[in-house]
Amino acid sequence: MTQLSSKPGISRELMALRAARELRPGMYVNLGIGLPTLVSNFIEPSIILQAENGMLGYGPLAEGPERDPDLINAGGQYVTMLPGACFFHSADSFAMIRGGHLDVCILGGLQVSEKGDLANWMVPERGIGSIGGAMDLVTGARRVIVLMEHRDRQGRPKVVKECTYPITGRRVVNLVITDLAVIEVTPEGMVLREVAPGWTPEEVQAVTEARLIVAPDCREMTF
Amino acid sequence: MPPVIYETPFDALFDVFDGAVVMVGGFGHVGHPHNLVRALRDRSVKNLTIIANNIGLGDSLDLLAEAGQIKKFIGSFPVRASRERMTHFERLFREGLAEVEITPQGTMVERIRAAGAGIAAFYTPVGVGTVVEQGKEKRAFNGREYILETALHADFALIKAYKADRLGNLIYRRTARNFNPIMATAARVTIAEVEEVVEPGELDPEAIVTPGIYVDRIVICPRDYNDPAIFQTWD
Repeated sequence: MTQLSSKPGISRELMALRAARELRPGMYVNLGIGLPTLVSNFIEPSIILQAENGMLGYGPLAEGPERDPDLINAGGQYVTMLPGACFFHSADSFAMIRGGHLDVCILGGLQVSEKGDLANWMVPERGIGSIGGAMDLVTGARRVIVLMEHRDRQGRPKVVKECTYPITGRRVVNLVITDLAVIEVTPEGMVLREVAPGWTPEEVQAVTEARLIVAPDCREMTF
Repeated sequence: MPPVIYETPFDALFDVFDGAVVMVGGFGHVGHPHNLVRALRDRSVKNLTIIANNIGLGDSLDLLAEAGQIKKFIGSFPVRASRERMTHFERLFREGLAEVEITPQGTMVERIRAAGAGIAAFYTPVGVGTVVEQGKEKRAFNGREYILETALHADFALIKAYKADRLGNLIYRRTARNFNPIMATAARVTIAEVEEVVEPGELDPEAIVTPGIYVDRIVICPRDYNDPAIFQTWD
């Protein structure tokens, strides 16, 4: 275990690249704040990004004179707009989200449980947190992907039997992508589909609290 | 009645009172009526309930917290994601001087929309199985659970639009639209901070987002697009 705790997984960029491979041409996708925003560097051009502050069709980050004071994504980053972009108010934006019109949302996480519960809005020690659009997104998006480090800064597993942090949504997560593994949430339990290069399924299980079912075709991630 | 155009944001807030419920538009700093919020601070009214998406995220609302004017905040983003720089509002909350009603962002805007549209309450699946459902009625429809959320009304809505005409019709710029058109419908008095007022007929009727019927007061606050200070970050 001591050795595993210092054994590296894949970089944040490779995590984002791996997540981007879950997206198909023409999908409508919402990317959460933090690590998921990196996914926008790796997506193919026909994917349409939704920002819950009221935009479909934003492009790469805007730099210098390209920036527009009224053009941000939901993480507060200045972005560009692609041809065919459109704007709408927040009630329309969340009707779109809640109403099941988004193909995928990719969110960060603090904990994901065996049943697919997600906790990502509050660390209990702080006594207060911010939900933003996360509860709406996990309820409404057709497919929910959580992109997060496998362990927290203290080395504790974030893929757990039951979430101990306040819940964002119950039984909502479809896929978890971490620096160590790709895990699918199924009715039978969590299925380990891929491991990081140099890791064995047994080693990934050793740093995971939830019980993992190793897929018969479980393989190393390739890039 | 067409809206009244006021000389200054301070004048436009002449009747705001202690204990008022005030909705404020904006997502972060974008589409936020910074001038009206500063005027609300200068009015020195106390015990305000503020309904807004966020506080202290590039918006000007933390000025009200700094001045101790806020009793309650209803919104989705009451504290910054990072704990490294604590807002005045988080300090008030920690000292027990202000309360928070946290609401999912889409639930919040739908509650405001409901208020403006004459709907008392609605069932939504968002928040089921979380702290958000506490104290609320739950009901199953077609085998799925929903919670009952009630309309959010306000005494005043302070909103930011790009341009108005003299009849109060409003247009917005890009992602600065966000909560503003919805909040415009849900308050007894809606006050719009705009960059320019034009004559009726000058705005394309197909492009108008907020019909003038919702707007009671207008104040003109031109914006200098060459001022680097308009580009804020949340860090």
